[in-house]
Amino acid sequence: MLADVVSVSVSRVLFEDVTKSFGEVVAVDSLDLEVIDGEFLVLLGPSGCGKTTVLRMVAGLETVTQGTLRIGNRVVNDVEAKDRDVAMVFQSYALYPHMNVRKNIESPLVARHFSVDGGAPRKLTASERSQRITQAAETLGLASLLDRKPAALSGGQRQRVALARAIVSRPAAFLMDEPLSNLDAKLRAETRLELVELHRKLGTTIIYVTHDQVEAMTMADRIAVISDGRLQQVGAAQEVYDRPSNLFVAHFMGSPPMNTFEATVAGGGREGEVTGAAGRVRIDAGPAISLPPVGSRVVVGVRPEHLRSQGHGQQGRQQEGLRARVSAVEWLGYERHVICDVAGRTITLREPAEGQAPNLGEEIYLDVVANHVLLFDPATSERIP
Amino acid sequence: MSAGATATGDPTLGPVWKRASWYAVLSALSVLVLFPIYMTIVRALSTPRDYVQRGQPLYPVAVQPDIFGRAWTQGDLGRQMALSAVVTAIIVTAQLTTSILSAYAFSFLQFRGRTAMFYLFMATLMLPLEVTLIPNVDTVQSLGWFNSIQGLTAPFLATAFGTFLIRQGFLGIPRDLRDAAALDGFGHLAFLWRVAIPITRPVVASFGVIAFLSAWNQYLWPRAIVNEAKWNTIQIGLKNVGAANVDEMNIGVAAAIIAALPVLALLIFLQRHLVRGLTAGAVKG
Ligand SMILES: Nc1ncnc2c1ncn2[C@@H]1O[C@H](COP(=O)(O)OP(=O)(O)OP(=O)(O)O)[C@@H](O)[C@H]1O
Ligand SMILES: [Mg+2]
Repeated sequence: MLADVVSVSVSRVLFEDVTKSFGEVVAVDSLDLEVIDGEFLVLLGPSGCGKTTVLRMVAGLETVTQGTLRIGNRVVNDVEAKDRDVAMVFQSYALYPHMNVRKNIESPLVARHFSVDGGAPRKLTASERSQRITQAAETLGLASLLDRKPAALSGGQRQRVALARAIVSRPAAFLMDEPLSNLDAKLRAETRLELVELHRKLGTTIIYVTHDQVEAMTMADRIAVISDGRLQQVGAAQEVYDRPSNLFVAHFMGSPPMNTFEATVAGGGREGEVTGAAGRVRIDAGPAISLPPVGSRVVVGVRPEHLRSQGHGQQGRQQEGLRARVSAVEWLGYERHVICDVAGRTITLREPAEGQAPNLGEEIYLDVVANHVLLFDPATSERIP
Repeated sequence: MSAGATATGDPTLGPVWKRASWYAVLSALSVLVLFPIYMTIVRALSTPRDYVQRGQPLYPVAVQPDIFGRAWTQGDLGRQMALSAVVTAIIVTAQLTTSILSAYAFSFLQFRGRTAMFYLFMATLMLPLEVTLIPNVDTVQSLGWFNSIQGLTAPFLATAFGTFLIRQGFLGIPRDLRDAAALDGFGHLAFLWRVAIPITRPVVASFGVIAFLSAWNQYLWPRAIVNEAKWNTIQIGLKNVGAANVDEMNIGVAAAIIAALPVLALLIFLQRHLVRGLTAGAVKG
């Protein structure tokens, strides 16, 4: 049965220099991106950055202003939505309110033509349709709800109906636009796991849009970070988190976000040093990296978990490290965030919730884990090197 | 009302006293609405002279149980109502069709001059029947359509009001639903038929009733283009039956009651849809 579900079509999605403008507004700017066949790709970015527009172009709901868009090997710029062999899950679910669950799931099968067992495309027979509906409903646990109208379903159930309606046509790719944003936190966490499971089972390419980095990190094979219509970085979650390619990605990924401050390179070579208004930071740049020449201005980036408090109440213990004044402590049960003022900048430290928390207003020294320091070019905001 | 009924009753209505006061208000309003109708029935059933002599009381006097039968035969109501039914059916069907199609175009299709054309459409709402009456009569006469079905229906086959109302309903359809329909491969007709009309059914039904009422109750237009008794519609018939029986006024009243029955039947039949249509905007969700 599973073999029956697994899609056989090649479902790579390829953006070649794709631009979309609405009059003056450039919503998507020269996007070059390959979504690999069968991968779970998450488009991540802040509100208004163009994620939905990218998805709608793939769906055929928005024309491509410039560039080439391919699904499989076919250029689809001028192919109608219904002929693109993709299914979309809308943020609002977009269920037909007057149809029951069965009719909703059936709707993609009614008017379109499908190729069955490699034959010429044709309309499905009633029994083929009902077999597919049953299968999709079983996969998503909807068998007992088939006769209900959407109004009589919970948010989570509606979401499942939307998913069932997407899988029933066995498309080459699923397009999902923030499908979890209308669910409560607990259901969202559960559904995340189920989506990953569904993806594993179907093996179909998924392009998934969200502004929630937790969703992105937990589900994605790869994350494509977008800002202002431009692709910032694409890579596995770990890679994007550990080696953000610019300051935007560095700030956007991680909660609390990466700390950054300006400094000057004080010592060159592999184990360098930078100085800033608040003190010195030693850098273990690793073999592959060369520091900029001494005297260059850089932006130093350190994740909150790569800062260590040297312990409080002991002043000026070392010449290295950053002098900080504690301005707030957030306790999260399993960890705490110590928010400090370092030479006028806010720096956040994340540490296990053990031992005594620093007092407000106390002066502490922060050590930086040397091999986790990132440097950025202040002019271009790109990571160095 | 028992305490048990309250406990299991609709919780949104609140405590007993609150419900009781609601019922009181609603009852008072119903009486206000129903009273004139009741008095019409009283008048129809009473022998006119006796009724006036008794000082026009709230109950029938010297009841004539056969009055409705007499009104039916004397007024030739059957034939006139049949003609009105045909005319009304044609007008309602045509208005629904043209309004739905034009509303669809004005809501979902992009074409040059769409806005201008829409306002031009709407401008015709400003013209009362009295303004267009004479030119329309001239036109119909020159076509030789006096005393004919075409003459009775042609000017009313399309209406800006219906276009406006149904367009409002269509504009309320979320963009995501249209997009989902596009992905599902629904063309214009399929989308209209499977999605747009079912979703706006209350609005369409409300407009249908409005179209029915105005077509059924038409008086001025048939008066202007009909001069053979054979082509009299029911409202003209009512006028005639009243005029022909001045000393038996209750025949005219009984005829009026009979003529109102189809309207009543329609309202009862469509009641459920209408209530939803009139509140549809309020509880969109
Ligand atoms: N139909 C349109 N006409 C004009 N501008 C549009 C249109 N659709 C989107 N835009 C603009 O394009 C930009 C990107 O919009 P888009 O909906 O793709 O953002 P998004 O990343 O999905 O945001 P969100 O997370 O809020 O959904 C925005 O500036 C938006 O105002
Ligand atoms: Mg969006």
